[in-house]
Amino acid sequence: MPEILVYVDHVDGAVRKPTLELLTLARGIGEPVAVALGDGAADTAATLAEHGATRVLVHEAPEYAAYLVVPKVDALHAAYEAISPAAVLVPSSAEGKEIAARTALRIGSGVITDAVDVAAGGSGPVAEQSAFAASYTTTSRVTRGTPVITVKPNSAAVEPAPAAGAVEALDVTFSAQATGTKVIARTPRESTGRPELTEAAIVVAGGRGTVGDFTAVEALADELGAAVGASRAAVDAGWYPHSHQVGQTGKSVSPQLYVAAGISGAVQHRAGMQTSQTIVAVNKDPEAPIFDLADFGVVGDLFDVVPQLTKEIDARKG
Amino acid sequence: MKIVVCVKYVPDATGDRKFADDLTVDRDDVDGLLSELDEYAVEQALRIAEEADETEVTALTVGPEDAKDALRKALSMGADKAIHVEDDGLHGTDVIGTSLVLAKAIAKAGYDLVISGMASTDGAMGVVPALLAERLGVPQATLLSEVGVEGGLVTGRRDGDAASERLEARLPAVVSVTDQSGEARYPSFKGIMAAKKKPVETWDLSDLDIEAGSVGLEHAWTAVDSAADRPARTAGTVVTDEGEGGRQLAAFLAGQKFI
Ligand SMILES: Cc1cc2nc3c(=O)[nH]c(=O)nc-3n(C[C@H](O)[C@H](O)[C@H](O)COP(=O)(O)OP(=O)(O)OC[C@H]3O[C@@H](n4cnc5c(N)ncnc54)[C@H](O)[C@@H]3O)c2cc1C
Ligand SMILES: Nc1ncnc2c1ncn2[C@@H]1O[C@H](COP(=O)(O)O)[C@@H](O)[C@H]1O
Repeated sequence: MPEILVYVDHVDGAVRKPTLELLTLARGIGEPVAVALGDGAADTAATLAEHGATRVLVHEAPEYAAYLVVPKVDALHAAYEAISPAAVLVPSSAEGKEIAARTALRIGSGVITDAVDVAAGGSGPVAEQSAFAASYTTTSRVTRGTPVITVKPNSAAVEPAPAAGAVEALDVTFSAQATGTKVIARTPRESTGRPELTEAAIVVAGGRGTVGDFTAVEALADELGAAVGASRAAVDAGWYPHSHQVGQTGKSVSPQLYVAAGISGAVQHRAGMQTSQTIVAVNKDPEAPIFDLADFGVVGDLFDVVPQLTKEIDARKG
Repeated sequence: MKIVVCVKYVPDATGDRKFADDLTVDRDDVDGLLSELDEYAVEQALRIAEEADETEVTALTVGPEDAKDALRKALSMGADKAIHVEDDGLHGTDVIGTSLVLAKAIAKAGYDLVISGMASTDGAMGVVPALLAERLGVPQATLLSEVGVEGGLVTGRRDGDAASERLEARLPAVVSVTDQSGEARYPSFKGIMAAKKKPVETWDLSDLDIEAGSVGLEHAWTAVDSAADRPARTAGTVVTDEGEGGRQLAAFLAGQKFI
């Protein structure tokens, strides 16, 4: 079986869910070899082994936190040289895409971003993507070099698959460019205690219709154990942080359930949520385009409907 | 200081965008425009230029003939001049090829600072700026929601998934800005009139010493094998709230096993 290099996204050793999904996809095309960098890299090994990593290449150095992107490119490049994998998979975060693209250029390979599935094909892995605000589904391949593919969160199930997960030190020599962009300060995002937006099974999102009052949206989210999302109109008005924006210039989500409250459903918003499995909407305007894609819609005032829904769910839970 | 701002001409997102027979983006049937996300790049270039002495802002696009419209818009917003890289050999070029052409054009134009949008609204990969930094061998300070240039340094704020970071890099550098960086100005009437007289240079692949075999659909490093219209999501049940809307929605969710 060919080896597949999987770039590990982790925070101080805690592996983020999209990486575990990548391990599932990687097992479909070969044997996953994980590469984990920075503080806590070695602590990722147990989790990665449980999910199918046969080897875990680790390298800890202060450069990963002190400088932007390039040290990680140097390391992924080094891992590529060390194992000559059949493909390289990277989680599709903003940073993941940049790391993937620069690495691809260095190794003379094509790059595909934002795949929603990766499967074995006759001439290498085939990536499925969605295009034009998710109105098209495409399949594509890398035709030159070793395929480098970034994969969106929620594109595969997380499956336990115990493997050796042998920890090996990765040898990395940083390039002259590595220290080009300094990170002079870092403010970690405050935890809301709710699930991560892109990883959540359920997202409850509010728009301009909330007129700035997200209480009902948050209460429903907490009742469902969901993440909270927001439209750009709500974010631009300063009602909710940009890190919660869903859409073309925010996060792209594909949860099992998406609840849109007071959101009209503009094409740029749809671009970020159209691949959700089930969509429900509450909107005062029966003509709102969001109803065209909702599996269930309620024409009504969100300030009546959403609290009633929350109460009813609570009652049903008994 | 020389600023090159990269602007892409894209099909209007509110139009019915589709793929052409060769599975490249159809650029004929839907009206094109300057990518809205690149307006933010032009805006920041102009703001930086207003703060510094003797700065020249050049708008650069790689694209078909109509892409001139994107340059005109950038010029009418206030850019000083424009460069259009146009060549029949470019049709179907992928991101690796596009970054090659842009990098060669930027090097030929001369630059202290390159500013891009966060992503194109058609391809939406968001990787061209990182590729330009890799190719030009200069620092990348990308996805900035706030940007400033002083004393040969570019600084800015990058809001990532886990943290918000303050970045600093020495010029020359490649920067990309998000839609949080500050509203883009509307071209004034004066700006529109002035734009007509501003110089637009057109370069082809030979002007950039790029061999025909390194760009274009046939030479792309990736291939799209199929593009299928996603079965449009069909509208499901819509009810009007008459006091029971929330409970009706709960019943639906229970039926779907979400509760
Ligand atoms: C380049 C670009 C990028 C963009 N990126 C994004 C993006 O990433 N994400 C995004 O969301 N948008 C994005 N947009 C903006 C997008 O075009 C829309 O403007 C935005 O999504 C609208 O947000 P909204 O639905 O909350 O507001 P509106 O369109 O104003 O809709 C509000 C809705 O709330 C309903 N309503 C009002 N009061 C109530 C009530 N009491 N109860 C129930 N319903 C009520 C109204 O009927 C209306 O349908 C982008 C635009 C551009 C040009
Ligand atoms: N053909 C092009 N011409 C000029 N600029 C481009 C072109 N393609 C991409 N860019 C720039 O690179 C940014 C990111 O593009 P992308 O990686 O395609 O999402 C855009 O916002 C533009 O600033």
